[in-house]
Amino acid sequence: MKQYEKTAAYIKEAYDRQNLLDESIAHQMIKAEKNVVATSQWRLMWRKYKRNRIAVAGGIIVLLFYLTALFADFIAPYGLDDRMVQYSYLPPQRIRFFADGRFQPHVLALKTGRDPLTLQRTYVADPEKRIPIRFFVKGTPYKLMGIFPASRHLFGVEEGIVSLLGTDGQGRDMFSRVIKGSQISLTIGLVGVALSLFIGTVLGVVSGYYGGWVDNLVQRLIEIVRSFPPIPLWMALTAALPRHWPPLWIYFTITVILSLIGWTWLARQLRGKVLALREEDFVMASRLAGTGDMWIIFKHLIPATFSHIIVIATLSMPSMILAESALSFLGLGLRPPLTSWGVLLQQAQNTQVLLLYPWLMIPGFFVAISILAFNFMGDGLRDAADPYTV
Amino acid sequence: MLAYIFRRILGMLPTLIIISFVTFIVIQLPPGDFVTSVQAEIAATGGGMDAATVESLRVRYGLDQPKIVQYWRWISGFPRGDFGFSLEWNAPVWDVIAGRMGWTLLLSGLALVFMWVVSIPIGIYSARHQYSFGDNLFSFLGFLGLSIPDFMLSLIWLVVGTLVLGIPAYGLYTPEMVDAPWSMAKFLDLLAHLWAPVVIMGIVGTAELIRIMRGSMLEVLNQQYITTARAKGLPEKKVVRKYAVRMAINPLISVLGMQIPKMISSSIIVGLVLSIPTIGPIFLRSLTTQDMYLAGAILMFMSLLLLVSNLLADIALAWVDPRIRYE
Repeated sequence: MKQYEKTAAYIKEAYDRQNLLDESIAHQMIKAEKNVVATSQWRLMWRKYKRNRIAVAGGIIVLLFYLTALFADFIAPYGLDDRMVQYSYLPPQRIRFFADGRFQPHVLALKTGRDPLTLQRTYVADPEKRIPIRFFVKGTPYKLMGIFPASRHLFGVEEGIVSLLGTDGQGRDMFSRVIKGSQISLTIGLVGVALSLFIGTVLGVVSGYYGGWVDNLVQRLIEIVRSFPPIPLWMALTAALPRHWPPLWIYFTITVILSLIGWTWLARQLRGKVLALREEDFVMASRLAGTGDMWIIFKHLIPATFSHIIVIATLSMPSMILAESALSFLGLGLRPPLTSWGVLLQQAQNTQVLLLYPWLMIPGFFVAISILAFNFMGDGLRDAADPYTV
Repeated sequence: MLAYIFRRILGMLPTLIIISFVTFIVIQLPPGDFVTSVQAEIAATGGGMDAATVESLRVRYGLDQPKIVQYWRWISGFPRGDFGFSLEWNAPVWDVIAGRMGWTLLLSGLALVFMWVVSIPIGIYSARHQYSFGDNLFSFLGFLGLSIPDFMLSLIWLVVGTLVLGIPAYGLYTPEMVDAPWSMAKFLDLLAHLWAPVVIMGIVGTAELIRIMRGSMLEVLNQQYITTARAKGLPEKKVVRKYAVRMAINPLISVLGMQIPKMISSSIIVGLVLSIPTIGPIFLRSLTTQDMYLAGAILMFMSLLLLVSNLLADIALAWVDPRIRYE
């Protein structure tokens, strides 16, 4: 009997010890799990993206461009259509930052004259007379972001003119116009990409998920759209826009035309992705749980391809910006009073004018820089989108 | 092989019919027709046309017929080599565009050659010296090339060439050479004008091809048969040239089909900026004056070119890579 009790006590002790041990293991596991879960996929991507210095630089430039577009009216010293006729075709002015050994940004006053031979207006800087550049000066009134009325500009002069990038034939400041033009140039890409994302995602995912005749139909459609060379087709479509349409209509029709071709690439990419995902276990599990197709597509497939959608969107921005500026440059896309970089470049289309006033092509450099920045950013994102490979 | 080509051509027919249909709709989209734009032009110079003249013009050009009849008249001429009648030039479309098509194809072809000649060696170099200074430099230049639009490059060349270097950077010939009879001097003059547009058209494609070639080369260089070849003691030059490049070049051929239409698009814009008689200037003009048969024929030709070049690229790929089977 005694023996029996002893054994029972022994077993009980062992049991308690085991319980304690289990508890502590469970505790440690919870702790460990917390540590593991702490890094989400997005955080991993961000970490990988940050390591790519060129991509980060591209991202910062893109951000700066959009901030500039947002505060364009404030940053531009003049309004879009402020004509200073006495300063037509003024070459870009040199900004001098120091005067008398002190920091005092200024431009030199200009004396105008006429070339006796060509009768063109000439400008001579007068080194004696400095015009200081003031910050937060009152100028043309505007509505910031279209809402808040204001009249202060980031910088400006009280007399004469400050023109960083020269003026055009009507004496309008090119710098102000480029800054204002960025609003349309940069948003038309965004709207266009959003539209093609919508069409491309829906058709691409549906085509990859259902397969069969749906897939066939979508693929044939893509093939037909892609058997047109894009630039000529864009030219033909934009040439069909009635001249008398209000600017806003033109703007939106052009985004629609641009995304009409842009979606095919996106749809192809997503279809391939979904074809692979469709066979994954989590889709099968969801189907076994009795969910419908729509649930699987919107809750599982689209979120799973989300990082790729972002990459593709970023990488298709350049072609949108490029197409818009090329079309507007040819006079087929946007037209004044809408002002984009491409519209500004129209003046440079005339060879004689361009050779006399070469600074008229400066808006094109902004097109190139924005495309470059988007390319860098997209390239970095593409590498980061798959954070599990080194 | 022949059966495969035949099947592919047969498969192109339905696509072509749909393309012709879409093309016709697109060129019909603008409100009004050619006669309205003629009227507008005459009205702009202060003249006018009475209703009878307008009507007779419409009848003469067949613009009074229902759309479907107009479409049939237009498209049924294509197989016979009758591509319609340019209303503005008052001449058959083919006569108007033949010479310009020639220049377009010549420029595009030269640009393609330029792209391949430049990008393959650079791609090989970059892959063999991955992350070296040269590789980084080339990939940066490649990004730059990808990002500067062709119209911008043309504008820059126009300004730099004319104002800085003092060479006439536009047109095909210097003005005094235009009407001169063919001679060595004229030919050299042409060459001096031709290289810049060719390079400009080729730059974007070159940047793309370098990236593709580099990636493909990197992949191939890691394959076991390359290691085997090296282990056998084959000289590195031979390994690269005869073993790696032969394989790595395949993706380049498969994008060839996409490159040709891009060249055509680019030749339109470069031609417009640098005043070269490619198809570009006349296409733009035909779109703005609603010379619809001319515009339509050009659009059709370009789509056809795209289909044909895709076919050629597939054939070339099958020829280079004997592992490709067509069932």
